Amino acid sequence: MNYNWNWGVLFQDPYYWWLASGLMWTVLVAGAAWLIAFPLGSAIGVARTVEIRWARAIGTVYVELFRNVPLLVQMFLWYFVFPELMPEAVGRWLKRDLPNPEFWTAVVCLGTYTAARVAEQVRSGIESIPKGQRNAALAVGLDEAQAYRHVLLPVAYRIVVPPLTSEFLTIFKNSSLALTIGVLELTAQSRQIENYTFQGFEAFTAATILYLLITLLVVLLMRRVETRTRIPGYIAQGQA
Amino acid sequence: MFAQFDFDVILRSLPFLWQGMQVSLLLTGLAVVGGIVLGTILALFRLSRLVPLAWFGGLYVNMFRSVPLILVIFWFYFLVPVALGRPVGGFTSALIAFVLFEAAYYCEIIRAGIQSVPRAQTNAGLAIGLSQAQVTGYVVLPQAFRNMLPVLLTQGIILFQDTSLVYVVALRDFMTASSVVATRDGRLIEMYTFAALVYFAICFAASRAVRRLRRTYAL
Repeated sequence: MNYNWNWGVLFQDPYYWWLASGLMWTVLVAGAAWLIAFPLGSAIGVARTVEIRWARAIGTVYVELFRNVPLLVQMFLWYFVFPELMPEAVGRWLKRDLPNPEFWTAVVCLGTYTAARVAEQVRSGIESIPKGQRNAALAVGLDEAQAYRHVLLPVAYRIVVPPLTSEFLTIFKNSSLALTIGVLELTAQSRQIENYTFQGFEAFTAATILYLLITLLVVLLMRRVETRTRIPGYIAQGQA
Repeated sequence: MFAQFDFDVILRSLPFLWQGMQVSLLLTGLAVVGGIVLGTILALFRLSRLVPLAWFGGLYVNMFRSVPLILVIFWFYFLVPVALGRPVGGFTSALIAFVLFEAAYYCEIIRAGIQSVPRAQTNAGLAIGLSQAQVTGYVVLPQAFRNMLPVLLTQGIILFQDTSLVYVVALRDFMTASSVVATRDGRLIEMYTFAALVYFAICFAASRAVRRLRRTYAL
């Protein structure tokens, strides 16, 4: 193996700055996408469990559509195709006047994609609650919305904290796909450093360590969430 | 808008796209096989009583599950030629990246599958005089694989979708081929819509088939 080591490259101007800004964009894309994915995914997950037929149908169609097309293809559809299908004024605004179009496209794409995955977790959380709880809630006079608001969702969300943690981690990893439409996030920046300096080993190691740090932080944070929201006396919830 | 939709570009490029699809399918098939083999070894490591092996298995899985697949693809695209000291085809690098990456995910599926086999099965095997290795090979793994077959296949569908990411190193899979035609002929709408439909049709049909299998094949 013939390789010139130069770890110093990571601390040279402008390369350390590239890594820092890459990290920032990774966190921004993932964070903003989660703000879409969590509420939208919850709504769709709930829709798939209610008694209303058309709501279930919409939920199912949404999940199947977004789960069965690769995220990369979805990214290109949002970026290249979606503006063309809009009314002309909207399309022009998307293509010309929207500041930072790559960023917002990546956020919307990743958010709507992850929503389908969140929906499946929320649905399985609700379905794992014994039928008796729903019946009991309706029997004491709550309507269906109240049953969800006060009985089913508070339990379901706590049950699905571990799988939601892993979805939250996945959104950081998937944010790397934003590079395909030109967002210079962490993976893109490490690749760019490799292209400029040929120090691929150092650049990719730096990116890998930063991703590991993100994972570690998220896991620690979510573990606290999990302990604080644990339902006393409910299932001995697994160390995820 | 759809008035200008040029279906002809899709027909004209079908042979080219089919070549790309063959690359996608080949990569998926090889990566599934390699990932399951390596994943099984890793799962046995993780469940091993030998602490260093269990530790290594855990480290491997957690490392690969913490980084994006694209970064792994970049890693091996860069690393494999450096390590071998000579240029290799993009397909080889991509295949290595996929096998190593997916093995981490297969490992966790297989580990869960092994743990789903009742402890009594192992004890019974040992009691009739099989060695630990024989118990694993003849008693535990066959049952575990049967239990987890649907999940393994579902992971295969995810892997098939993931292969589209070789686009980032311009390996000519179905996705890259679609993109080549799209930019060459200036037909992005048609080509990306078509690509989405093809992926959807394959993945939807496959996941339906897995669902049916799950009902009929459960142990």
